[in-house]
Amino acid sequence: MKLDLDVKRIDRCRECANDIADQIMEQVRSVTTTTCERTVLRLLGVDGVDRAGVPLPNVVVDMAHRAGLLANGIATYVARVVASTGLSPQQAAEKIACRQLDLASFGPVPGDCDRSAVSGAVTASLDRIRENVARRREYLSKLGPGTEPLLYVIVATGNIYEDVEQAQSAAKAGADIIAVIRSTAQSLLDYVPYGATTEGYGGTFATQENFRIMRRGLDSVSAETGRYIRLVNYCSGLCMPEIAAMGALERLDMMLNDSMYGILFRDINMKRTFADQYFSRMINAYAGIIINTGEDNYLTTADAYEEAHTVLASQFINEALAHRSGLPDSQIGLGHAFEMNPEMKDGFLYEVAQAQMARDIFPNAPLKYMPPTKYMTGDIFRGYLLNGMFNLAGVMTGQSIQLLGMLTEAIHTPHVHDRYMAIKNAKYVFSNARHLGEDIIFKPDGIIQQRAAQVLDDTARMLDYVRDRGLMKAMGEGIFAGIARTADGGRGLDGVVARSDNYWNPFEEAMSEQLGLAASDNPSRRRASCRK
Amino acid sequence: MPQVDLKNVKPYGDTLDDGRVQLSFSLPIRYGPEAKEAARQLVIQMGMENVDVVSTHDLGGHFTYFVVYAKCTHSVDVTSLRVPTVQVEQMDFFKINDLIRDKLGRRIVVVAACTGSDAHTVGIDAIINMKGYAGEYGLERYPWFRALNLGAQVPNETLVAKAIEADADAILVSQVVTQKNVHISNMTRLVDLLEAEGVRDDVVLVAGGPRITHELALELGYDAGFGPGTLPSHVAAYIAQEMIRKEHRTSPDLGEER
Repeated sequence: MKLDLDVKRIDRCRECANDIADQIMEQVRSVTTTTCERTVLRLLGVDGVDRAGVPLPNVVVDMAHRAGLLANGIATYVARVVASTGLSPQQAAEKIACRQLDLASFGPVPGDCDRSAVSGAVTASLDRIRENVARRREYLSKLGPGTEPLLYVIVATGNIYEDVEQAQSAAKAGADIIAVIRSTAQSLLDYVPYGATTEGYGGTFATQENFRIMRRGLDSVSAETGRYIRLVNYCSGLCMPEIAAMGALERLDMMLNDSMYGILFRDINMKRTFADQYFSRMINAYAGIIINTGEDNYLTTADAYEEAHTVLASQFINEALAHRSGLPDSQIGLGHAFEMNPEMKDGFLYEVAQAQMARDIFPNAPLKYMPPTKYMTGDIFRGYLLNGMFNLAGVMTGQSIQLLGMLTEAIHTPHVHDRYMAIKNAKYVFSNARHLGEDIIFKPDGIIQQRAAQVLDDTARMLDYVRDRGLMKAMGEGIFAGIARTADGGRGLDGVVARSDNYWNPFEEAMSEQLGLAASDNPSRRRASCRK
Repeated sequence: MPQVDLKNVKPYGDTLDDGRVQLSFSLPIRYGPEAKEAARQLVIQMGMENVDVVSTHDLGGHFTYFVVYAKCTHSVDVTSLRVPTVQVEQMDFFKINDLIRDKLGRRIVVVAACTGSDAHTVGIDAIINMKGYAGEYGLERYPWFRALNLGAQVPNETLVAKAIEADADAILVSQVVTQKNVHISNMTRLVDLLEAEGVRDDVVLVAGGPRITHELALELGYDAGFGPGTLPSHVAAYIAQEMIRKEHRTSPDLGEER
């Protein structure tokens, strides 16, 4: 460890975070949500929209919710329909949507084996996801994993075909990772839009078709450049697990998935978000997808110097919760950001302290470092310099994923050459200072070491407090980003349903088992399976 | 230095009236000598002379990026310009609070939001939140303001309802990230709603954001617009002074302004 941090204090933080996560898991285990159930349908192969354009998973789950059926899990009823009628889950959903079938009218099939009627659909989905994992592994072993920090850029034209063009241009210039920014309001939609997007505002909708189109575009440019170009999208919002499932099916490589972001920044209900993040991260884990957490967001509202400990505390909590969904450290891309006020004397030293601290404390995490945004003013020349300093901090502290800053941040979504300039900046700095981090040591008790020690101290105190209060109560006091949320406030609470003793989610069951999660982490598996 | 002719002002590089400007842009064509010539021709059509395409980059696929220096042949008559600006006397935190206490004698209620699909609260947070921005307190810290920050992605309808419920004196709307001018229709819609509710004249309506100018705000039916670089005290001073102006208009017997 380069910062000579107090190991006991780090252990103490992890213990606290584990206790905090266990408290949350009690709540998580007791409920399901409408989007979790829609995810089950999607993974069973249900797709498409009804005549009014409503996605079939929404149509079916809404009906079941109104009929009070969700406590047993939507799979329970779909399995009964499939067992009794011989229809596929998709055909069943279409008939349900046309009101030719009523889910509630199907009782358990004699012999207690309706569950096995959908086992083929369950296996097919899981196989497809595992094939995607194998294909990614093949690409990476053939083309190599790339050199860290990997260059991450965003495209956001609102037209997926235009996005592909820009993504390919960026990949050729040297980008390793492409994120397609979603339309700004998508996180608050309680459904996933359907089909290819050609006109979006502030971004392009996350739809399964868009995922497929971009994946194809990136695979072709991977072949051309001889580098595997990774694809990113966003799980956050009211449809976390559904988007995770789409990402798993279409071989995304990374997904934004924070355990608290929706609660704090989108005012989504906490019971809803904690349940949704649990299942969505399990799908991410199963699909070999690296999650990106959203601690950078704290610093766009709160001060980066004063609130540094909230970032570290959140990283510990995100890590503990991710472990409970079966994510290994190598798939937990904890986030942080270069947001110190540029006017601050020695600000760069504090940035380095915080970035190095994340590296020392989470040695195996593919850390994601976010660029300056708060102090980007439209002065593009100064902004370009700030981004250069950010890149220097990134390479010298061994960050894994560098989201490149755009010189036109705060002006518009990036133009094609903004992205090119950003890539040139990063390539120059990364190459020019490639082994700087290996070659320097920090002065014992110097500014950087002292700063890191102080942030760790503050974090330990904060996590102690959160453990004693409970995370949900503490969030009600505005401990993160100065934003206060209550357990029963926010959007999406009406989609949270208590699980019955007979609750069944075949994907949670199978994935938990294959991810080696303990029975206590696996609410579905505690009940005897119906399979013979 | 020679005298600047204010009726014919040209860009300044290192000599008066040299007209030198820098441009950068991309063309959706393949990198090569034709691309470079295309850029040069285009810049000539912009009204430039002595065009130097100093840097040409292959962006991959069929995009080429250029950095260009050229001499602008146009000039501008500065003496004929009229630019609407927010009429406000700059004051600090203490002076503003004193002014409200002395001249208004009650707290000013401000409701603020980032409306429509915009999820970027960085601007409104800088103005409203306790913490403020660039060393200045936000409106929440002003004892003579009561500031309600509704946050991101607030529908116009919610904002209007909240403003009526809180009996707001001022409404602050922030629009940061926009595409294809969606912020314009969104901002216009708010004015329509306020008028439909019959409360437009009861509030000081203020817009802010990187693409907002005072002129644009006025055009859209707002009382003021604040662009980049605005500090909390600018907004606070404007609202306070405008409130006092309004009170005087409606109750002329309140006495002379100092």
